[in-house]
Amino acid sequence: MHHRYDVLVVGAGGAGLMAALYAAKGNVSVACISKLYPTRSHTGAAQGGIGAALGNVAEDHWEWHMFDTVKGGDYLTDQDAAEVFAKDIIDVVYELEHMGLPFSRTADGKIAQRKFGGHTREFGKAAVERSCYAKDRTGHMILQTLYQQNVKAGTLFFNEFHVTDLLIEDGRCRGVVAYELSTGELHTFHAKAVILAAGGYGRIFKITSNAVTLTGDLMSIYYRKGLPLEDMEFYQFHPTGLAKLGILVTEGIRGEGGILRNESGERFMERYAPTIKDLAPRDIVSRSIITEIREGRGVGRDKDAVNIDLTHLPREVIEGKLAEITDLARTYLGLDPVKDLVPIQPTAHYAMGGIPTDLNGLCLSDGNGGTVEGLYAAGEQACVSLHGANRLGTNSLGDLVVFGRRAGIYAAQYARQVEFADLPDDPQAESRDLFDSLRQGTGKENAAVIRKELQESMMNNVGIFRNGPDMEKQVDILKDLKARYRNVTVGDPSKRYNSELIEAMELGFALDCAEAMTASALNRTESRGAHDREDFTERNDVDWLKHTMAYKDLDKPGNVVIGYKDVALKGFTRAFEPKPRVY
Amino acid sequence: MLKVKVKILRFNPETDKKAHWETYEVEAQPGDRMLDVIHQVKWFIDPSLALRRSCMHGICGSDAMLIQGRNRLACKTLVRDVVKKSGDTVTVEPIRGLKVEKDLVVDMEPFFDSYKAIMPYFINESPAPATERIQSEEQAERMAHSSNCILCACCTTSCPIFWVNGSYIGPASIVQAHRFIFDSRDQATHQRLNIMNQNTGVWRCRTAYNCTEACPRDIPITQLIEEVKRAVMYQQA
Repeated sequence: MHHRYDVLVVGAGGAGLMAALYAAKGNVSVACISKLYPTRSHTGAAQGGIGAALGNVAEDHWEWHMFDTVKGGDYLTDQDAAEVFAKDIIDVVYELEHMGLPFSRTADGKIAQRKFGGHTREFGKAAVERSCYAKDRTGHMILQTLYQQNVKAGTLFFNEFHVTDLLIEDGRCRGVVAYELSTGELHTFHAKAVILAAGGYGRIFKITSNAVTLTGDLMSIYYRKGLPLEDMEFYQFHPTGLAKLGILVTEGIRGEGGILRNESGERFMERYAPTIKDLAPRDIVSRSIITEIREGRGVGRDKDAVNIDLTHLPREVIEGKLAEITDLARTYLGLDPVKDLVPIQPTAHYAMGGIPTDLNGLCLSDGNGGTVEGLYAAGEQACVSLHGANRLGTNSLGDLVVFGRRAGIYAAQYARQVEFADLPDDPQAESRDLFDSLRQGTGKENAAVIRKELQESMMNNVGIFRNGPDMEKQVDILKDLKARYRNVTVGDPSKRYNSELIEAMELGFALDCAEAMTASALNRTESRGAHDREDFTERNDVDWLKHTMAYKDLDKPGNVVIGYKDVALKGFTRAFEPKPRVY
Repeated sequence: MLKVKVKILRFNPETDKKAHWETYEVEAQPGDRMLDVIHQVKWFIDPSLALRRSCMHGICGSDAMLIQGRNRLACKTLVRDVVKKSGDTVTVEPIRGLKVEKDLVVDMEPFFDSYKAIMPYFINESPAPATERIQSEEQAERMAHSSNCILCACCTTSCPIFWVNGSYIGPASIVQAHRFIFDSRDQATHQRLNIMNQNTGVWRCRTAYNCTEACPRDIPITQLIEEVKRAVMYQQA
């Protein structure tokens, strides 16, 4: 099948839905492809809030938000992106409210705001109430609201379509190829502009808050074209995942006053971040928890968790503002946060890196200003480098809507100005090859076994604490897994809903993301934000205040070529000089 | 470790004339999710098994299925909820009332068509203020239950009226209508109440309570339907 749209959006989470809405406002034809139904996108799992300096509860300014974002990112954040973001997000939160989003309210009827890790007033003096929230299901409400608005706008959706290839020739994107799960047919989508917004790739790790569908498909496809992935070494572990399961427990739990305690009941964050304690940014809290566990002060049978304590909070707060996680703790652990301590451990959560873009979402082809014409990206999949080396809580929902909106606007603007570029003679050739190779393997390997080994080894070797020897080992493990992957066979010949075929394809994508991440992490010989090396414990601004650009070596399989890109150390009106990052 | 027999209703339209049961034996911990158990089957016994799933913790609504005869999310149903002792059998079937596409995958289009029929989007044509529209905590709380819906279809596909008459828009859509009817900022209340008043609307409900029992998010659906009925009666919200 062949389709033609001015703008094609890939992914229907917060970024994709916002991009689709704004592209449609630009008077161009728009369609949105999703491998799920839109309401099932992972944006729905975000709980705690969306940060914006509305000042509804306490005085706040966009400059403070910009500063926190830059400092939180350990100064790898591009400051022009942070400035655009901190200003735009205020408008966009009001816009979401005007779209009907049911925010929680203050006593005087405004959007309610609460504290979140790393958000401060007066450039770091004390925690500030900046997170706008809808109970602890803010992501759910953003996803539902944006989907509702797309229904209103009549956006055309292709649900359960898996993108298998990006059609890029001579530096211009011409569309995508996608596999329709319900029929097994390949479709060619011819487009003037394509917006990629298909989310992260947390499923390369064993313990993760990410949906099972988050396998980095589009990042991998981009990388397979010889195009770079930026800052892949920066991967965020959320400090509070439900023990063993990794299910997200919102940072709002600490924003509302929850306290982390070790085996002896000590509030250990007082030792690691004396100023803002449990409200320190995620990288710092995650490392503190792992340090407690390593030093034998963990809780649980395997002593591999710590507790979060809510028992001093009123029942109305726990069952009202934190209803979602109360339900999760009761369902999965049989514990009641009203009276029980809840065991948590860090869980792989968010990719700071991804497909590099400029401030308008246009994809970059190198670190020197090269771009891919007609191709845009936004959301977790993209790296406009708002989050730098560590993302602050609430800034992911903000990123989705701010940069999803910009990508939609600029993609439509571009599409209005150009004609359709020609498609390649046989646009589906590479996708057919991909499926043929999966169907014709030698059958000695099971994809599920390889996936499990990938997830366990990445957790062990490229997790919260990293070192050279472990990561070198991981490079070899990945080469071996990729070799074995070529011997996976899809046994199910059926055409309709062949999820065996899809899962095998997703595993190949995940392996590529792991490869780019490991090579980038091994290359960066310093500690910064979420990238913490035991063999290079200091941040090194002289050598490493730069972005990593990881390219697949198309001539030597398994090799990764590393390049760099400058960090924008100034915004348009404000600039914050790198300083030691203490809280 | 428990030994669990999982009896799954299988149907592949390319090879089967009708659905048939297959039983698989797996080992599981009492605290494992039923989705983990089904994944064991798919990943290590029969990869051709088709199902939908994504988030694995009850927020995306993909994996609604009939487990031990009840509509539930496989990721929110623990083995200990449905298995008492080693050797017990658990049945797994697709949700009812929608066409089975393959195994546990059903055609969701009619469900989403009903959803779209109630104008499931905020409508307020007056110029938006520079900041937020003011809404009291009590007014916001009015939407707490209905906005919690994840569109998993557990309620609608457990409703006997929906099974008998597919043109009934079903509990999930009424919950969505409630979400907007009782939003103090929305201006399309009367249009939605008129949709609810049609013969495919709220009066089809016979208060069987199946929907409320099936909801994995504990939404008091029957109560919300009653509130919508009352609003239609008095044409007010």
